[in-house]
Amino acid sequence: MAKRWLLPVLVGIGFVLSFAIPQFNLINPYYQLILIYVGINIILTTSLNLINGYMGEFSVGHAGFMSVGAYIAALLSTRIFPIELIAWLFPVSVLLGGLGAALIGLVVAIPSFKTRGDYLAIVTIAFLMIVKSVIENIEAIGGPRGIPGIYKLTNLPWTFFFTVVAVWVIRNFVYSNFGRGVLSIREDEIASDLMSVNTRTVKLQAFVLSSFFAGVAGALFAHVLQFISPRVFDIVKSTDILIMVYLGGIGSIAGSIVGATVYTVLLEVLRPLQVWRFVLMPLVLVLLMIYRPRGIMGLREFRWFIPSRDLFARQNWQAKRERKEVSDAAPAS
Amino acid sequence: MPLLQAKNVTHYFGGLCAVSDFNLDLEKGELVGIIGPNGAGKTTVFNLITGVYKATEGDIQFDGTRLVGMRPNRITGLGIARTFQNIRLFQELSVLDNVRIANYTQLKYGSFSSFFHVGNFTREEDRTIQEAMDLLAVFKLEDYAEETSKNLPYGLQRRLEIARAMATHPKLLLLDEPAAGMNPNEIGLLMEFIQWIRKQFDLTIILIEHQMRLVMGICERLKVLDFGATIAEGLPVEIQNNPQVLEAYLGEGVEV
Repeated sequence: MAKRWLLPVLVGIGFVLSFAIPQFNLINPYYQLILIYVGINIILTTSLNLINGYMGEFSVGHAGFMSVGAYIAALLSTRIFPIELIAWLFPVSVLLGGLGAALIGLVVAIPSFKTRGDYLAIVTIAFLMIVKSVIENIEAIGGPRGIPGIYKLTNLPWTFFFTVVAVWVIRNFVYSNFGRGVLSIREDEIASDLMSVNTRTVKLQAFVLSSFFAGVAGALFAHVLQFISPRVFDIVKSTDILIMVYLGGIGSIAGSIVGATVYTVLLEVLRPLQVWRFVLMPLVLVLLMIYRPRGIMGLREFRWFIPSRDLFARQNWQAKRERKEVSDAAPAS
Repeated sequence: MPLLQAKNVTHYFGGLCAVSDFNLDLEKGELVGIIGPNGAGKTTVFNLITGVYKATEGDIQFDGTRLVGMRPNRITGLGIARTFQNIRLFQELSVLDNVRIANYTQLKYGSFSSFFHVGNFTREEDRTIQEAMDLLAVFKLEDYAEETSKNLPYGLQRRLEIARAMATHPKLLLLDEPAAGMNPNEIGLLMEFIQWIRKQFDLTIILIEHQMRLVMGICERLKVLDFGATIAEGLPVEIQNNPQVLEAYLGEGVEV
């Protein structure tokens, strides 16, 4: 049980730092920007891991959900909300972006009832293409030119806040009745159905939650990039997220955090290599897949992330039983 | 009224008739065996009852509810649980999680509670851990609760599969070749075990099995399938001497 208070304390310190760093310029702005991207990528990776890692499906459409969130939030803050208020209404745009993406996620979840594996992957590719061409063909939202001049509203505190919320909620979901249902679908969907799990409900929840946070990440992304167009959210973006998921390890929150951080930072560190980093990175991935096919943290979790109820289930139960036996054995006074 | 009633159930895979005209009236508390050579359609009968396949023709009623066309999770929710011929545990998950997953319908909280761990989440989760651990203790598996289920030895995996099925609170238990891969000594223990859970949980059981010793030893009534058709039905002693059954199992013109 020791040191379980440490994680909340670290999160608290992180939150204070996220305010202090930009305020007093503790580190240079370029590093601050990298930190923001790390946060956004953690949200993307953790949410995709829910589908690809925990549920064992293969979704390639994450950039599609991201773009829905990015466009909704960008449109709200550039066109709808009054300019004096946009800084205050920023969280609202982000949440609405997430909700919009979640609604689309609901639609994409329905084919997953009947289709799985490779075929579902193709459905998600199709979805990605549909979203891209829909956006390209609506002139009112900029068509292929996209939306320029978005205010830079994504800062370190907001990124930190949304990252913590995303990780916390997804972790909560995974360690719940429905989360266990998601895991059982990965292990054996037919057995899962036959053990009374409502696989449809569980799939809907997983897709909606995953796409919600993809939308949130997209909204944050739009307000740091300050310009979005359909081309930003193509299959290469999806592939980037997939790489972070499989690098960090499937079915692991810790893995998603590690994977997103390592990948984002490594790409920046290797920047001096210029084009060669796109040779080196894939090579690193190939080696990783050979020597650690499940990624850095595949199917393993930091103990801190596991609720103590689950972590100590057997010990608590045994202790309770012993107490009961003792009280049963105690002589009546 | 019978607990489970199958009337003229017929199922085709494409043009192949896997089960034809299957009838069964199962009273509460009975232990019925289904036997037959490989490919006779025994497991298909289980798949039809549990909703994995939808019967092409015929009707299946459980406790007065029509099962044909219902989704498997709902059928299990009504109180029909099963095990599998080739063990189908959730391999990468812990023994405790295997049992807790089967407790799915017993947990009464919604999505919102699961996202934020609020509301009656804590109470329900504590309860399901208690229930699952108690069940594991009944099956003498409590010490393995944290073990990844694929790491258990074969015999314990079989036992865990039954424990997991029991976590769905069934009235009817379908056992698909529970003795597969067991030696005569283990089969003897399994017979006692099946009798014991039947009494302990007040169960009705249908058993598919190849091991004649097991079937003849504990089943009260037998049905024999061959190429999807029911070729004999009755008490174990009657079946043992039925010429049609001998022919299906051993081939034509065999003297026993």
